[in-house]
Amino acid sequence: MKLALLWTDIMVWFLVISLLVWSRVIARSPQVKKQWHTIFKSSIAMASAIILLFYLLFTLLDSIHLRFATLPTETKSEQVQYGEIVSLLDLLFTHNIESTERTYSAPFATHEYASSIVVDENGVTKQENLPLKHVSDGNNIVSESIFAIFIGLIIGGSLIFVHMVWRKKRGFKSELPWRTAYLTLLFLVVTFTWFYMLSYHYHVLGTDKVGGDVLYQSLKSIRTGVLIGILTTLIMLPVAIILGVSAGLFGGWVDDVIQYLYTTLSSIPGVLLIAAGVLSMQVMMDNNPGWFETTLERSDLRLLFLIMILGITSWTGLCRLLRAETLKISQIEFVTAAKAFGVGKLTIIRRHIIPNLMHIILISVVLDFSGLVLAEAVLSYVGVGVDPTMHSWGNMINQARLEMAREPMVWWSLFSAFIFMFILVLAANLLSDRIQTVLDPRNKS
Amino acid sequence: MFAYIVRRILYAIPILIGVNLITFILFFMVNSPDDMARAQLGAKQVTPELIQSWKEDKGYDKPLFINSEAGGVSTVTNTLFVQESLKLFSFNFGFSDANRDIGSDIKERMVPSLAIALPTFMIALITNISLALLLVLFRGSALDTSMMIIAVMIMSVSGLFYIIAGQVLFSKIWHWVPISGYESGWSGIKFIILPVMIGVFAGIGSGVRWYRSIFLEQINQDYVRTARAKGLSELRVLFGHVLRNGMLPILTGVVVVIPTLFMGSLIMESFFGIPGLGSYTIDAINSQDFAIVKAMVFLGSVLYIVGLILTDISYTLFDPRVKLS
Repeated sequence: MKLALLWTDIMVWFLVISLLVWSRVIARSPQVKKQWHTIFKSSIAMASAIILLFYLLFTLLDSIHLRFATLPTETKSEQVQYGEIVSLLDLLFTHNIESTERTYSAPFATHEYASSIVVDENGVTKQENLPLKHVSDGNNIVSESIFAIFIGLIIGGSLIFVHMVWRKKRGFKSELPWRTAYLTLLFLVVTFTWFYMLSYHYHVLGTDKVGGDVLYQSLKSIRTGVLIGILTTLIMLPVAIILGVSAGLFGGWVDDVIQYLYTTLSSIPGVLLIAAGVLSMQVMMDNNPGWFETTLERSDLRLLFLIMILGITSWTGLCRLLRAETLKISQIEFVTAAKAFGVGKLTIIRRHIIPNLMHIILISVVLDFSGLVLAEAVLSYVGVGVDPTMHSWGNMINQARLEMAREPMVWWSLFSAFIFMFILVLAANLLSDRIQTVLDPRNKS
Repeated sequence: MFAYIVRRILYAIPILIGVNLITFILFFMVNSPDDMARAQLGAKQVTPELIQSWKEDKGYDKPLFINSEAGGVSTVTNTLFVQESLKLFSFNFGFSDANRDIGSDIKERMVPSLAIALPTFMIALITNISLALLLVLFRGSALDTSMMIIAVMIMSVSGLFYIIAGQVLFSKIWHWVPISGYESGWSGIKFIILPVMIGVFAGIGSGVRWYRSIFLEQINQDYVRTARAKGLSELRVLFGHVLRNGMLPILTGVVVVIPTLFMGSLIMESFFGIPGLGSYTIDAINSQDFAIVKAMVFLGSVLYIVGLILTDISYTLFDPRVKLS
């Protein structure tokens, strides 16, 4: 067994670590700490944050990739052969990956969705719905559900208990809405355990055209969606901050050049620029097959390029905002005073400018997140999204869309993709609303 | 005013050159003429001579940026970049891979695009502003709060969902309108209603929230308090003062969009089978027709810049304090 490091994995973990470091750093400032406290005083914000963390957990589970050594065959030498790259999430759902059906089946169905023509032992041809291969008839769904929910309650309850004990020990006397947080957590844990335990005997959300499990696909898509949402920002932030601040602070020809740059980029219609970028990237990847070993690495590389292209096209808006704000801040007395004292430009930027831009950066990061998650679906539909072999909500919608014409409809694939996406985007929107209300200085009144 | 517009148009030229440079780099450096020739001529045995003749045929045999063989000014001008840019600047888009004139294709497809985009834009503008005014009138009430929650929910649903759900409900189950297609003239209305309605509905969440925040910003201003103090009814205050003063920020966001309406909507048009520029672009992307994509990028940028200039001009019309110079 060895660890397989994909490019996006490295970036995700880098991001998580830097987020942790950043939260340590801001925890030192009592003022910022109080601001975050105010944000999470709203129970909606708290619940949204828990949901987002749950999605992040799946992203991280899906971002540790392993390769297992396959059994050495006789013809091969001692060199260890490695099989497919699998993530921790894949390991959790091995039973669903292996148990593919022949074609569509509805959620919790025991038989195939479409009838097929069979010849029975008497030689009579008839049409019937074949039973699913991996669903046995003898299961009692009610008792299994009750058992699963019971287990879920125990897991969720013990998590909450641990947290309560920890809180008591630390002696917090905070008025944060912990009850909402616990309820959200309990709900998520119970739902997931229920789905997970039943997934051993059923296809909880049905199967798709080639018999793949929809629940597994939806969960795998979380990583793609979250990655596009956060990594794009990670790539775009340094560019936007550096260019925006220097344009606002230095003025003159620097300002002119940077303004020219972002006006030019933003005048190209976004989708077209992305499409042009992705098309060129495809050609480039076709010309360099040596960049990747497996299809997974290929689709990962493509995801990385897509994220970069999205980053290149999306920094202009934030850059414009930051430039205007820097211009405003650099006119304020404390900056003038710092300049008069002979404080270096870099120190001024670090001590006076950046802290005062933080709220704009933060608001735009959370606002962009939901937009990017939704954009992924549209881009995949247009054909310039992630690799078609990659699990993503956009690809799920794209594949299932044509089946709406069937009679009766095959709705579960679409439905699952939309619901998973909706919950994520709704949570992000609600949280960003709250952050905006608290951090935006215009709302101080 | 006239001098200002001329200056703005002159200022647009370097931007368009920049746009050209970006598309040129994407299309010719990453995807060199040799690659294009190979893709066009097929995977079968392609000889260098064939590639060369294809390149000469299409005019791609010149060097990319610097032609060292030609002396003088033509070192720079007799290159692929300058030649291609000049063609675009004269709106000569050349021919697509299927050997159709892109310019006339665009002209033809503009009408269906506008038939969808224009009604969507107008109806959305009116509904969003009136809903926002309604919410501002009842600000802080249960209606306001619940509508804001609904708005966030509408925003959080993927646009694809509205299209698919709309098609299934209105066309497949209730058979009110045909599922897709297009016809010119008044008989085509039945094809247009559904995409327009879906377009309006999908944008209502973010639209109402945006207009509401603009109006709320106005409502805390001193002049509104004065207007109320002199005894104006709340409705008069809203329409006479808040709406009029909110016009300026609204214009910034709205006018810039108007010219880009010509580009059509990618998703809408391809779902509803409307032969507009949006579906034209999607088809081009899917068949990797670089000439069309390039033409659309250029057209989109021109329209965006026109939008920016129109925004500035509209300022002077609505706010007498703004003088362009």
